[in-house]
Amino acid sequence: MNESEIRTVVLATLLSIAPEAETDELRSERPLRNQVDLDSMDWLNFLLGLHERLKVDIPEADYRKLVTLDDVVAYLKTKL
Amino acid sequence: MIEFKLPSLGADMDEGTLLEWKVKPGDAVKKGQVIAIVDTTKAAVDVESWQEGTVAELVTEVGQKMPVGMVMAKLLEPGKTAEQKVGAGGTASAGTPRGIGTTPRRMISPAARKRAQEMGIDLDGIVGSGPQGAVTLEDVAAAVKPAAEKPTDRYAEMRKTIAAAMARSKREIPHYYVAEDIPLALALAWLQDENTRRPLAERLLPAALLLKAVAVALRRYPELNGFWRDGAFVPGSAIHLGVAISLRQGGLIAPALLDADRKPLTTLMQELTDLVKRTRAGSLRSSELGAATVTVTNLGDQGTQTVFGVITPPQVALVGFGRVTERPWIEHGELKALPVVTASLAADHRVSDGHRGALFLRELAELLQHPDELDK
Repeated sequence: MNESEIRTVVLATLLSIAPEAETDELRSERPLRNQVDLDSMDWLNFLLGLHERLKVDIPEADYRKLVTLDDVVAYLKTKL
Repeated sequence: MIEFKLPSLGADMDEGTLLEWKVKPGDAVKKGQVIAIVDTTKAAVDVESWQEGTVAELVTEVGQKMPVGMVMAKLLEPGKTAEQKVGAGGTASAGTPRGIGTTPRRMISPAARKRAQEMGIDLDGIVGSGPQGAVTLEDVAAAVKPAAEKPTDRYAEMRKTIAAAMARSKREIPHYYVAEDIPLALALAWLQDENTRRPLAERLLPAALLLKAVAVALRRYPELNGFWRDGAFVPGSAIHLGVAISLRQGGLIAPALLDADRKPLTTLMQELTDLVKRTRAGSLRSSELGAATVTVTNLGDQGTQTVFGVITPPQVALVGFGRVTERPWIEHGELKALPVVTASLAADHRVSDGHRGALFLRELAELLQHPDELDK
């Protein structure tokens, strides 16, 4: 799976949690949760959605590496 | 005969509109079974039966507005059959669909029948306003309206409901407020350790720990858990935590985590996840909406450090948690950086005093220093 395919999956997962998010206007190098209103449960569901769609395990210790959309995509790329 | 009444759908919701019956006369009903879907200003609610029995009669009609406490249906006690009832009173027999054989043929205007067909509306659910109770085109149009208009003004209706409850709260309840900073280093370390052993789907959020601690602390402070009714305090019969859940489109609902003090953290977390999901999807159960004996608002990690809440009447207390942040903390003359949460209590001064409120928050702080003991 290449980077743009991963990005598509990430955005689809994001929209399933926050349907109102305007993904076209997201700045992928800025903290994601400042741009989309995700509480801790939304965040957990977002990661759970990625886990289910991509079959990757995301240990809690890695959460802090996942700040921006670019971070998430890069992290998943190393896992796939 | 058991009269099934529209149960309370939360302190701030006093009426509902019947959207759909899930049972028909002759159906056996179990305790907890969903028998109808009722629309409120905040959400569509699955109304559950508190009784076991057999449906004898559906009293209210689809599209009808009902105040809380209105008789919606009549049930026969378990053991009594509908046949016995027919012998005595001569109404619907078991399993007979309404409108066939048991009730006189209804007058329905052809235009109304055509429109009802187009809109997929069950004519049985419509009250006729024409001569001899005939169903007219207007009656069908009126039945269509409530559902059709809902999506656009749901938010406005919800704001009105929140406005009424909050204005009543500030008008009637003499609030007092206390707050306490609670170090969470031990609690979060314990959680982190727990979570490394759990698959993603079973990981615990700090919210589960905070909610459990509130519920356990309330056991020793019953004057914070209950209702102010008719000029006196009525203690809650159990500890049902109303959890304020914000909706993505704005507004909030506070359905209850039932018996929160008696559930292990894993169960509480699963129920919380499920509750948030269903609240946002708009599929709550009546037992969750009317039940809360106290409310907790947790701003979470996107919030501010401190929140002072407004009590949901007729409840008498609201516990608030701000965002967990790393702050300077002095212990035994030493300065450290620790994760800290500010817990606040807004309580009804007619029922409790600031001294007891402060002791409650201290108890809460103490419980959070022993996270393993909360997992029981």
